Amino acid sequence: MKHGFLDKYSERDSLIHRLDPRTKFVAVFFFILAVTLTAPAAWPVFAVYFILIATQVFLSRVPILYIFKRSLVIIPFVVLVAVFVPFFTQGQVAVGFRIGPWDVSVTYHGLQVLGTILAKSWLSILALILLTSTTRMTDLLRGLERLRLPRVMVIILSFMYRYIFVMVDEVLRMKRARDSRNFGSGRRLWQIKTIGRMAGTLFIRSYERGERVYAAMLSRGYDGQSRTLNELSFARSDVLFCLVFGVAIISTGILTFLF
Amino acid sequence: MFMDEVIRIENLSYAYPDGRRALTDISLVINRGESVAFIGPNGAGKSTLFLHLNGILPTEDAVRVFTRAIDEKNIREIRRRIGLVFQDPDDQLFSPTVFDDVAFGPLNLGYSEAEVRQSVASALEKVGMSGYEPRLSHHLSLGEKKRIAIATVLSMSPEVIVMDEPTSNLDPGGKWRLIEILQKLPVTRIIATHDLELVAALCQRVVLLDGGRIVADAPADRILGDRSLLESHSLSRPAGFNEASSLPGRMSPFQG
Repeated sequence: MKHGFLDKYSERDSLIHRLDPRTKFVAVFFFILAVTLTAPAAWPVFAVYFILIATQVFLSRVPILYIFKRSLVIIPFVVLVAVFVPFFTQGQVAVGFRIGPWDVSVTYHGLQVLGTILAKSWLSILALILLTSTTRMTDLLRGLERLRLPRVMVIILSFMYRYIFVMVDEVLRMKRARDSRNFGSGRRLWQIKTIGRMAGTLFIRSYERGERVYAAMLSRGYDGQSRTLNELSFARSDVLFCLVFGVAIISTGILTFLF
Repeated sequence: MFMDEVIRIENLSYAYPDGRRALTDISLVINRGESVAFIGPNGAGKSTLFLHLNGILPTEDAVRVFTRAIDEKNIREIRRRIGLVFQDPDDQLFSPTVFDDVAFGPLNLGYSEAEVRQSVASALEKVGMSGYEPRLSHHLSLGEKKRIAIATVLSMSPEVIVMDEPTSNLDPGGKWRLIEILQKLPVTRIIATHDLELVAALCQRVVLLDGGRIVADAPADRILGDRSLLESHSLSRPAGFNEASSLPGRMSPFQG
C-alpha cells in the first residue's frame, strides 16, 4: 500500500525544494527559536514572522490549503495545555462569574498569554510543515547526519520512516480481519479489550521484526558503526537564502524591542 | 575436493533459549558450485539452520566455513563471502531508499565511494533492477522487494548465497522471473523452500529436514521422485487428496 502522509509534496520542484536540507533545517531551527523568544503579546512581530513564513509557502508552491489544514492538528494539543492559563493569571479581570462555591475570573493578561502561546505554536508548526513538505525525508535524514546530529537519533528516525508504513499496513490488515469478524456489534468493554490486545500484538510483532532486522544488518557486516556517502552540496542559492532569512529574523527580533 | 568445500557441519544441535530443541545432530558438507535445496514442513528448522551458517547463532566448532571455524576475527569476512537473504524483504530492506540498502554491505566492508557505487550498480543490474537506486523501499511491489533483497547481498560479491523461501508469496510470473535470475548467478546456492517447482528448476541436491533432523540428503530427482517420502513430511498432496477425490466438474483446490 502507498502512504504519503509524512512528506507529501516533497517531490515537487521549487526554489524552496531545491535548497540544501541542511539550510532548511537550520533556518527552521532559528525561526522557531526566534518565535519562541518573542515577548508576549508582541502582535506586530508575530505578524512579520507570519508574513515571512507565508512568503516561503508561496514560493514553495505547496497548496496553501493543505498546509493550513495540517497546521490545525497542533491546536487541540496547545489548547489542552494552555486553556486554563487565562483563569490562573493575575491582572485586570475581563469576565468574572460564579460556579457554585467558586469565583471564576478570566483576566486580560491571561487571555494575552493564551493568544501568545497559540500564535507561537502555530507559527512553529507552519515552519515544520513547510520543511517536511519541501524536503524528502531521505534528504532530511542525510542533512541531519551531516549536521552531526547523534547517529543513534538519525538511525532511529530512519527506521521510523522505513517501518511506519509497514506498521500502518499491519494495523490496517488487523483492523480488516477484526471487522470481518463483526467487531462493531460487541459490547463496549469487549471492544476496548480487543483494541488493547491488538496494540499488544502489534508491539510484539514489531519487537520480533526488530530482532530479524538486526540479524539482517549483522549478516551484511554491521558492527555498530554507521557509514554513509556524502551526497549533499551547498549551492549559491543556499548562501543567498541564509543571508536573506538571517537578516529577516534578526531585524524582526530587533523589532521586538520597539514595543 | 577438499579445497572446494564451502560449508561443513558436524553434529550441530541447537536449542532455543526457552529449551525447545530446534536442531539435532545435523551433519553435512556443501561444496563449491553446488545448488542445494533444504526442504521440509513448517517449523522443520530450516531458518534456524541458516542463521548458523554465518555466525548469527553461536556455532562453536560444529560449523566450519571455508574449512575454518567461525570466530571473532573472521566473522566479517565470512559474512561477506556467505550472503544471507531473509524471507521477508521488509526485514532485509531496512533503509529508506534502495540505494542505501544495497550500499549497506559494501559500506560496512569499508569500500571506497567509487567501489560502493560500482558494486551497487552491478548488483542491481544482476537482478534486473537497474535505475531503482533512488526509489523508496516501501513503495515497491513484493517481487521487486525480493529481487532487491538479493541485490543487497550480491553487492558484497559473495561466493555462497543462502536464501530463505525466495519465492514465497510471489505470483507464478514473479516466481519464474526470480528463478531465471537465480539460475544466472555464478555462486553456490543454498535455498530453503516448500516450492518443489523451484527445487526442480534450480537444485541438484535436496536435504530434507523434519523436526530439526536430516531425514534425507540425496540428488534432487531421487527425492522429488519419491512420492511417499514427500507425503510423509507434508511436502506434497496427502494420500486421499488425489485427482479421483476432486468433485466431478470442478477444479480441485488442492491441485499442484
